[in-house]
Amino acid sequence: MRDSIVRLEKAAKAFATPEGQTVTALDAIDLDVRRNEFLTLLGPSGCGKTTLLQALGGFVELDSGRILIDGEDMTERPPYRRPVNTVFQNYALFPHMTVGENTGYALEVAGVAKPERMKRVAEALRMVGLEGLESRKPRQLSGGQQQRVALARAIIARPKLLLLDEPLSALDKNLRQAMQIELKTLQNELGISFIFVTHDQQEALTMSDRVAVLSGGRIQQLDTPRAIYDQPRNGFVATFVGASNLFEGKADGGRLVTEDGIAIAHGRPGATGAATALIRPEQFFLAEAGNDAPGLDVDLEQIVFVGSTFELFGRTATGRRVIAEIPAARRGLVGEVERTRHARLAYDPAAVHLIATEAA
Amino acid sequence: MSSSIALRRRAQLAVLLGPVSLFLAVFFLGPLSIMIVTSFLAPGLYGGVEWSWYPHNYGRILGFADPMFEDFDPVYIAIFLRSLRIAALTVVATLLVCYPAAFCISRLSERWKNFCLFLITLPFFASLIVRLFVWVLILRQTGLVNGVLMKTGLVARPLDLIYTEGAIVLGMVYVFIPFMFMPVYASVEKLDWTLVRASLDLGAGPIRTFWRIILPLTAPGIAGGAVIVFIPALGNFIVPTILGGAKVMMLGNLIEQQFLSARNWPFGSALAMMVMSVMLVLLFVYVIVSSRRGLDAATGR
Repeated sequence: MRDSIVRLEKAAKAFATPEGQTVTALDAIDLDVRRNEFLTLLGPSGCGKTTLLQALGGFVELDSGRILIDGEDMTERPPYRRPVNTVFQNYALFPHMTVGENTGYALEVAGVAKPERMKRVAEALRMVGLEGLESRKPRQLSGGQQQRVALARAIIARPKLLLLDEPLSALDKNLRQAMQIELKTLQNELGISFIFVTHDQQEALTMSDRVAVLSGGRIQQLDTPRAIYDQPRNGFVATFVGASNLFEGKADGGRLVTEDGIAIAHGRPGATGAATALIRPEQFFLAEAGNDAPGLDVDLEQIVFVGSTFELFGRTATGRRVIAEIPAARRGLVGEVERTRHARLAYDPAAVHLIATEAA
Repeated sequence: MSSSIALRRRAQLAVLLGPVSLFLAVFFLGPLSIMIVTSFLAPGLYGGVEWSWYPHNYGRILGFADPMFEDFDPVYIAIFLRSLRIAALTVVATLLVCYPAAFCISRLSERWKNFCLFLITLPFFASLIVRLFVWVLILRQTGLVNGVLMKTGLVARPLDLIYTEGAIVLGMVYVFIPFMFMPVYASVEKLDWTLVRASLDLGAGPIRTFWRIILPLTAPGIAGGAVIVFIPALGNFIVPTILGGAKVMMLGNLIEQQFLSARNWPFGSALAMMVMSVMLVLLFVYVIVSSRRGLDAATGR
């Protein structure tokens, strides 16, 4: 494949825990990363995403399988001979070196002459918005600035692949959001493939060209952010990415009926057999009188105002929890249901996503 | 208000530091000033001192002695240089033993780590003199090493192992290993291994990573260990007495001799002052260098 920069073939890794058990971190993973792609590995802790990143960086040896970067077999290569650089979670800046020395380290070890090196250091620092800070020491910088130095240091040698290990997790929320956009812009500018590891689904959806959702050492789904969100392939992906209301049951002729007798209308009349219907909270709306859209009758337990939306926590007559998000603009209707403590949560059948239950 | 708090702080500090300051003033500065004064006095005929200005004590060592009173003898400078050499060798040898060991031990599990640290401190539980005499048993002409060498026929006559400079260095290394190990281990233990990984990730091989990252970051421990070993090694007289015999003398022995056998207190004091000035210079350099590092840490400059 010509547009593939990184290829994993049946990459497998298991660890022995101190208690003598074996934990599968990577379960025969196949993965292709495209040239100039921003790929995010998303998953809960222990899903194997960090192991995958370390295997690419050369810090974890695979039990079996291969890693190809730009067509070259990297499986046996030590980290210092791979065209891969990493932005570490805690930045890992060298405390005894200045910002300039940190940034130019990769060039220094590659034997680039000092004048050339200084020029490229200045350029890399300019790209991350830190021009002129060469002579500072890392500890003189704020967390966000340290983050940028780590980034500049990792991109200066123009690796074929940049690995980012939860680099934004230590930043506060506003800074994190600003950095998300900047990272994406930087990646476009550089034309380097980024593999970004995070457990924050918001971050994954914001920045990525594609997202790989990992769990139990396997890729559960590899797709664009929109497809991951709108058409999750299984219950894990649906619940891990975004809030969700899941209804397990039997599909039959445009309807899905759960065990406790709730019928969900959906837009796929051809679907039959065991399936799960997914309705995202924001797909619910409060039906005005005379609207004959299908809906769920719930008793409201709590209504939370979060600014742009109201979050409605309700329960059906059979005790099933339902979450709905109503735009704050509809506050008149929300006020009404708040009084009656009862609501009809309507939805558009076409927006309901049906997940076929895998034959286990 | 704030000034009364500051006042109270200062009072607290005085109370806390008072006892140790008093102790040091009485039992350290007091004897020290007596020594300084004594080193410039004339030796009494039958020991003790005579109260007259007498710089020839230093002249005997450094070469400006008036032959009327004292003779300059280069042997003192030779002993001085030998002591410096032995102390420096001790520092290098203990470092070569402790530095790799510190890396090994720091990577062990918590339980083994504590066990190894216990082993390192174990020698402190037995008397130094006893331990050094065991080395005599090992090294002497009819000792363990020579016995084995003779039995196996590797040598025809016993080797001169004991009462050599080598024996002293060996004994010194043996005595000072724990002193070097502790500071070195403390800095190695603190080393952030993600920095090592970052260095490898950025294309530096293991050797370059050692010189550029690991060594600079553990340098404070090495410097601390070097000072802690060098200073007592320079003045040590027990090891050369037992393992150097009468053949190899160090400064410590010389000073001890002047006070106890020759009963020339002023000359002994002058020798001691020389040793101390070397140590002070070294300590001064160490403090300057490490405080610049400390300043680095505070301001990053």
